[in-house]
Amino acid sequence: MPMAADEIEELIKAGIPDAEVSIRDLAGDGDHYAARVVAKSFEGMSRIRQHQAVFAALGGRVGGELHALQLETAVPNGE
Amino acid sequence: MTDAQIDPQTRIAGIVKGNDIVLFMKGTSLFPQCGFSSRAVAILDRLGATYETVDVLQDPDIRQGIKEYSDWPTVPQLYVKGEFVGGSDIMMEMFESGELQELLVTEA
Repeated sequence: MPMAADEIEELIKAGIPDAEVSIRDLAGDGDHYAARVVAKSFEGMSRIRQHQAVFAALGGRVGGELHALQLETAVPNGE
Repeated sequence: MTDAQIDPQTRIAGIVKGNDIVLFMKGTSLFPQCGFSSRAVAILDRLGATYETVDVLQDPDIRQGIKEYSDWPTVPQLYVKGEFVGGSDIMMEMFESGELQELLVTEA
């Protein structure tokens, strides 16, 4: 069951309140997305931890319902 | 004991610790079965790395177990010298920044 881009964005923001989220629908099929998540709260976290924070916000959907999500995380100011 | 009788987490730990560079993926390096795995293989090949692969599609216990092993819900997953490095997105970021090459050169 495909997910809507706004639903993904809302879930990430609910889990990571200071996140700025941009979502691109890569194939136009509601199934292949790229998400960029920028959050101050990522500061000091490894890339692995940053990605895990996003996976946690998406509550187990990544790898299941949301099988094709390209993810990029960053702290503000391109650090 | 045959492989199937050993706990999957123990088997995964054995694979991860027994290989300097190992990629858990869908398919093989010659015939990757998903775009993300294909990208991971392409990055490692581009860097000239010598690495082992584990095809999770051949083993349901590994396929499920690898998600729990590093609390990471997707495949591919790259391990270098026993440490989890990340999935294909992190590999790509590290490739572009030169960090991955550095890691493979210093660790392997």
